[in-house]
Amino acid sequence: MRYLPLTEADRRSMLEAIGVPSVDELFRDVPEAARLSGPIEGLSNHMGELEVDRALSAMAGKNLPAGSVPSFLGAGAYRHHIPATVDHLVQRGEFLTAYTPYQPEVSQGTLQVLFEFQTQVSLLTGMDVANASMYDGATACAEAVMMANRVTRRKKAVLSGGLHPHYRDTTTTDARFIGFETVVMPPAPTGGEDLLAEVDGDTSCVVVQNPDVFGHVRDYTELGRACQAKGALLIVVVTEAVSLGLLTPPGEMGADIVAAEGQSLGNALNFGGPYVGLFAVKEKLVRQMPGRLCGQTVDADGRRGFVLTLSTREQHIRREKATSNICTNSGLCALAFSIHLSLLGEEGFARLAELNHAKAVQLADKLAAVRGVEIVNGSFFNEFTVKLPKPAADVVEALAQRGILGGVPASRLFGGGLDDLLIVAATETNTESDMDAFATALAEVL
Amino acid sequence: MSMNNQGRPTGIQNSDSAVPETVTGNRGLQIEEPLIFEQDSAGRCGVDLPEVPAVGSRLGAVKPRGRIGLPGLAEPQVVRHYTRLSQKNYAIDSGLYPLGSCTMKHNPRLNEKMARLPGFADVHPLQPESTVQGALELMAELGRWLATLTGMAAVTLAPAAGAHGEMCGIMAIRSAHDAKGDKGRTKILVPESAHGTNPATAAACGYAVEAIPATEDGRVDLAALKAKLGPDVAGLMLTNPNTCGLFERDIITIAEAVHAAGAYFYCDGANFNAIVGRVRPADLGIDVMHINLHKTFSTPHGGGGPGSGPVVFAESLAPFVPVPYVVQDKDGAFRLVEQAGDGPAFGRMKAFHGQMGMFVRALAYMMSHGADGLRQVANDAVLNANYLLARLQDVMTPSFEGPCMHECLFDDRFLKGTGVTTLDIAKALIDEGFHPMTMYFPLVVHGALLIEPTETESKASLDQFVTALRALAERAKSGDVAYFQGAPRLTPRRRLDETAAARKPVLRWTPAVEPEKVAAE
Repeated sequence: MRYLPLTEADRRSMLEAIGVPSVDELFRDVPEAARLSGPIEGLSNHMGELEVDRALSAMAGKNLPAGSVPSFLGAGAYRHHIPATVDHLVQRGEFLTAYTPYQPEVSQGTLQVLFEFQTQVSLLTGMDVANASMYDGATACAEAVMMANRVTRRKKAVLSGGLHPHYRDTTTTDARFIGFETVVMPPAPTGGEDLLAEVDGDTSCVVVQNPDVFGHVRDYTELGRACQAKGALLIVVVTEAVSLGLLTPPGEMGADIVAAEGQSLGNALNFGGPYVGLFAVKEKLVRQMPGRLCGQTVDADGRRGFVLTLSTREQHIRREKATSNICTNSGLCALAFSIHLSLLGEEGFARLAELNHAKAVQLADKLAAVRGVEIVNGSFFNEFTVKLPKPAADVVEALAQRGILGGVPASRLFGGGLDDLLIVAATETNTESDMDAFATALAEVL
Repeated sequence: MSMNNQGRPTGIQNSDSAVPETVTGNRGLQIEEPLIFEQDSAGRCGVDLPEVPAVGSRLGAVKPRGRIGLPGLAEPQVVRHYTRLSQKNYAIDSGLYPLGSCTMKHNPRLNEKMARLPGFADVHPLQPESTVQGALELMAELGRWLATLTGMAAVTLAPAAGAHGEMCGIMAIRSAHDAKGDKGRTKILVPESAHGTNPATAAACGYAVEAIPATEDGRVDLAALKAKLGPDVAGLMLTNPNTCGLFERDIITIAEAVHAAGAYFYCDGANFNAIVGRVRPADLGIDVMHINLHKTFSTPHGGGGPGSGPVVFAESLAPFVPVPYVVQDKDGAFRLVEQAGDGPAFGRMKAFHGQMGMFVRALAYMMSHGADGLRQVANDAVLNANYLLARLQDVMTPSFEGPCMHECLFDDRFLKGTGVTTLDIAKALIDEGFHPMTMYFPLVVHGALLIEPTETESKASLDQFVTALRALAERAKSGDVAYFQGAPRLTPRRRLDETAAARKPVLRWTPAVEPEKVAAE
């Protein structure tokens, strides 16, 4: 077995050093009735690289890679071009195969990356401080709500109908078990909603998304002010991090907490994970934050260095009194995010955002020209919703048969209802001919 | 001295071995690297993007974004920055990484290759099911392996990490009690030796936590447990093998007692790597258990994630899973159930379907080992740990009598009166070229040193580690406190001031002068 270095001779001499006749003797604390006498049945035995490669490649071959066809899916996961450098650097063994940086003297690489990542996320979101990442955007959103309840000592969260339904459901699941109330507004694909009407003296936070799940660009400045007046926090969710290159950052709109998905930078679609949750707050809330934080300090020789810090918030110290049970971040995905953003820099990031918007505008114009298609949005970044004369789920299936991945039916996200709505995204990866092919195919299937 | 015919010396001229002060602060291969923000040059960019087509803005009434403050670097600078940073990390690729309870084993590169196949990596989670049959098949197959290895009835792949899996398991337990209308159970029992995530998880699910003490031999105190079990207890969270590296001998009796009290038995499966292929958790009476794919099944730790924490359920809890899950229709087609609806599914753990990239890696690892190889994994992991225990027990102080499972636990009694601490031993090990063991965990012994070598270490590697650790133990006993307190000396940074970091936290870089002010001038 290629991953196991011990030889039979090694094993024999080691057993002798231990003073037992066989390895079975080392398992003597396992109740006899439960011990297995040989390999478990029903599973294959060991295989070489070639055989594993063949079997898994066959499975991979049954999927349609988004990049192999014109693809316009978004709704929380976006296909962007990732520079080759990103994946090369991420695969350096010193990053890939290191553990959490508990021993800072031999982890300065990971720690400096996290410090830079925290800075990048703070800058992008317009917030004071960011943590070293969460599992994904949805869990970041749920953690933000739990945090708001702790900070305000209130027990009710108001969730916008424009919040991605997976984020909504993740949040309501967590809230239900800990005994918090959630008020979930109905989806409002075409218009506004009166979130403030739901805010009362027991409301800890209002959760909104920008752009919202239907793609509308929102200004939450007024809402932020109103929340503040009522003692509730404003939580702004962002599922498309590239939008932060062009839109007013949540921090400038008065967000107290930002929970975002960072997949768009550096991370492949991966059928939904692993991704990287971004979590940023105002300075005064730092000590109530969940997740890991990296901080600057000095070493014994007075040189700048980095350590994990404020760990008294965390489970390994505080146990049941911790701010969260979270124990990992999404280290490698955060690294990929950071490298991609470093390559882009100020100019590249802004250009990428502009490019995405321009592509979406082009696509919207082409789709609007298809008979029966109506663009729902008054504003959008790189994603918008179209109203179709037929159920969107059927249209998407028919498009797939023509080799077009034509968006996400709203009904798939919301579990029924909104049957005629299709959420469509365009990024820098879409060419004009992709868009023409989409428009043509759409005209055919409608 | 020998010379070649260009006058270049070829022999060694000077044997002075003192480490010199250098002009740059660099030390050969160890290169000082500023923050990326300190390398900014406005207008520089590491990507070439096309011109933006001239179209009207449809952003609406929002005000356009001003300068963000991101640094500009060209691609070679970025490559060098991250390469240099990587060289400041210890990693399993560089050497023995015996962090107890963390399972730092070799990460095969085949798994990385498989996860990057476009058919897995470049697939959108919301593509029509007809275009992702292979991805769903992979999830089903991984689920089958996990269910078979554990003997369990159902699997969810949704949780993003071990602690997330714990949460999923406790939510299932709560849902099952709720379904029976049993609302009086407000407590979760957790042994003192448990990972911090266990009590934190129980609290996050709305439960009060009660600690169960350990016995002299490092196991759960059965009598104390039985005394706490009652109609107010929802479940027990137990790690097995436990965090002392010991198998809970009484586990079947524990399970029976828990069930007799109407509670459920949650097993923290963080240490499943010790017993995979040797015993099935279902046969021990466990109702629900999470599995850390990044531990037992070797998906890379990546400097702290991403992990993946699938959960397996016995028949009793099988209906209470989160969405989404994969089902197979009669015609063989795979389908995703994504909405909880009115069924018993208790909700959703995260966006989309779980850590697919980790599923591919874990399945590649399982298939590579096979049923026979996985059993050997457990055998070798346990053999390696017991070998270390045997070779170190005369100079260090084992906390409990062996055999141990995949890790061996020592406490700091062997350092008593020396002035040297567990932390000092760890730091001195770094200078010897090893990553330290887990320190000060579990909390049930004083000054814990928890060593987990894993099955992917050779005997030569273990022997070198033993030699170093024995020498350090002897050195500590000889009273050379100054040597330890100054360690490490050979690392990119020496001991870091954690107190200062926490007292006045600096959590991000800030420019010396705010960019807006620069623009205004």
